[in-house]
Amino acid sequence: MTTLAIQMTGIDKRFAAVQANRGASLEVAKGEIHALMGENGAGKSTLVKILAGLQPPDAGQFFVDGREVTGWTTPQALTAGVAMVHQHFMLVPTLTVAENVVLGREPTHGLRLDRQAAVQAVRDLCQSSGLQVDPNRLVADLSVGEAQRVEILKVLYRGAQVLLLDEPTAVLSPPEVAELWGVLRRLQQGGATIVLISHKLDEVMAISQRVTVMRQGQTVQVLDTAQTTAAELARAMVGRDVDLDVQRPENQAGKPLLRVTQLQVQGSRGQPALLGLDLTIHAGEILGIAGVEGNGQSELLDALAGLRPYQGSIKLADQELATLSLSQRTQAGLAHVPEDRHQRALILDYSVADNLILGKLAEFSRRGVLDQRAIAAHAAELIAEYDIRPTDPQVPVRGLSGGNQQKVVLARELSRSFKVLLAAQPTRGVDVGAIEFIHARLRQARAQGKGVLLVSSELREILTLSDRIAVLYRGRIVAMLPRAQASESVLGAYMTGAAQAVTHG
Amino acid sequence: MMLLLFLWQTLRIAAPYLLAAAGGVVAERAGVVSLTLESFLLSGAFGAVAASHWGQSAWIGVLGGLGAGLFFGALHALATVRFKADQIVSGVALNLLAVGLTRFLLQMGFDSSSNSPRVPGFEGLGHPLLWLGLLIMPVLAWTLAHTRYGLRLRAVGEHPQAAESLGISVAKVRWVAVLASGGLAGLGGAFLSLDQHQFTDQMSAGRGFIALAAVISGRWQPMRAGVACLLFAAAETLQIQLQAAAAIPTQFLAMIPYALTLIAVAGVVGRSRPPAALGRA
Repeated sequence: MTTLAIQMTGIDKRFAAVQANRGASLEVAKGEIHALMGENGAGKSTLVKILAGLQPPDAGQFFVDGREVTGWTTPQALTAGVAMVHQHFMLVPTLTVAENVVLGREPTHGLRLDRQAAVQAVRDLCQSSGLQVDPNRLVADLSVGEAQRVEILKVLYRGAQVLLLDEPTAVLSPPEVAELWGVLRRLQQGGATIVLISHKLDEVMAISQRVTVMRQGQTVQVLDTAQTTAAELARAMVGRDVDLDVQRPENQAGKPLLRVTQLQVQGSRGQPALLGLDLTIHAGEILGIAGVEGNGQSELLDALAGLRPYQGSIKLADQELATLSLSQRTQAGLAHVPEDRHQRALILDYSVADNLILGKLAEFSRRGVLDQRAIAAHAAELIAEYDIRPTDPQVPVRGLSGGNQQKVVLARELSRSFKVLLAAQPTRGVDVGAIEFIHARLRQARAQGKGVLLVSSELREILTLSDRIAVLYRGRIVAMLPRAQASESVLGAYMTGAAQAVTHG
Repeated sequence: MMLLLFLWQTLRIAAPYLLAAAGGVVAERAGVVSLTLESFLLSGAFGAVAASHWGQSAWIGVLGGLGAGLFFGALHALATVRFKADQIVSGVALNLLAVGLTRFLLQMGFDSSSNSPRVPGFEGLGHPLLWLGLLIMPVLAWTLAHTRYGLRLRAVGEHPQAAESLGISVAKVRWVAVLASGGLAGLGGAFLSLDQHQFTDQMSAGRGFIALAAVISGRWQPMRAGVACLLFAAAETLQIQLQAAAAIPTQFLAMIPYALTLIAVAGVVGRSRPPAALGRA
């Protein structure tokens, strides 16, 4: 057997209260695409960050191309051709694509930064890798898909032979994912070794040759992709059987709860983002909004939640929302699981217990003094009901994995008395076990006769949960389909503008 | 003739603003808050006079001002970059330290609580720091836009984690930036005291804050900040000339530059965006 491209053994890493890795290992052969799977908080990202030199391990050793490099630094890793494509983009928004790509290894001409050489280098890389980005554009103006291309270009510019990708598809639309696979395969043919962190089973099945599964900081299984199934992988990750395709009982859609008419909203740069949108959510219904990100979803959610001014009308149970404050909207029966939980849903440095009462302070205070006993009881109840881990209500939310953070948000919002739930990307960055749980909760809300607006970039999620599906494209609903008439290919066609507007039902 | 005089006086008032604001742009674009400009100016002014007195040469005075600014810059970098102290707290502390230390040294060295004796300085247009002040913003603009260090500095001020992930030492970039900031503003202080051939207690008189206001109203861009400095200086000149001419109470006129600063920062630049990582360790 030839030397392994990567060999990690006995890796331990602890962050304050959390043991992220305990004796984790990883072996990757040269030239393979290797998937690293596991639930949120299983320690995948930590392991890969250690490999990329971003953090030193507490114990253990690792080798690259047979050479021991335990505890190396990022510059050393980069020099050796090991580079990471981060989950949260590491791009400077105020610089151009070319500047971002060459940063840290800039071509110069005397004192002067050689911009032309930088632009040319990016063009050459685009050519050879098949990634298309305009080197002169400002990164702030790029879509997420384009931003990710820049991340990969950065790594290629450094001549990386070992690429570590941390959940690269989390923010991509289906066509972008397909494009990414093409790029990765091309890189593999060029001799690159690729480690791909993911918790999406179908992706791992589609692209990888081997899979390492982690659970609670340990490596539990290494499998040949060709000899395994998605079900087996899910079991290895969660430790039990998981069913993500629960058949939905037919629903009895009730009376209209939320009625949106001729909604017009401007985007954050003043551009028109929604151009006269109509939709109605009924009691006992999940209405899915499909669409490539940036087609007005965020603006729609903001307008409904009261975070952005709008023209037109939004009526919740016949009450116009326009003049209501945020807390009045909540009282009127609106619950909101925001897109970006770090920015809008949680105070990361507050404890789980405190986050669980945000927006409900009146219920938990008497004459302006917080009722600590009631807060603790409330927290204990929700932590148990939603299986939030760790179970300590006093841990700052920052220390929780993404899936558990999302459970905190969900627990808070669903425990209000609400009529309509706005659920935006409810399972983004969340592992299979938690996805199953969150889906069950959304269905439960529907069964209780609530209305749910589900916005998700995951087509599968939309298709599994929704009763009706609206496709947003460039600020308009271009299709409104009952579930039975929707499929990935049908929705995909509307999402990309390939199919023209129709409305059924 | 009136106009020439006006221009000349404006330039003379603008020079320390320009040098200090240049220092402010450098530090803030790297993500370090520049409340310290005042301390750099004051210590620079004192350092220049002390050195000029000791060496009996205005040029040695320039070096003294530079050195004093670098010293305070190093303190600020040590506190905020090395020990990750809060940048605003460190800035306020250094400003207070500069007032106390210069007053103490004034007493110790020159046996006076108000001013130093007359030292060698520069006269009028022969003041080299005047020309440095006029050139500094274009030079800085070019450096930020077209050099490797400039690119890295902007990256560090916007997204330090990204820079770090590419093997750039954020600490190193910020050290250089804060030192440069201290040196430039120190030279601004040296301009002040060498122009007047003496140091007087608290002679920086809030100029560091006005320079910072110029940085902010110039949206952290050197050329715009330079224009803001010139505007502030012109307002001040106008104020001085009106004092001589008109019957408006001088106290009211003396307020103009500060009021203008307030208006500029509060009004004109309400929507400007600071470097994203400004103030964060």
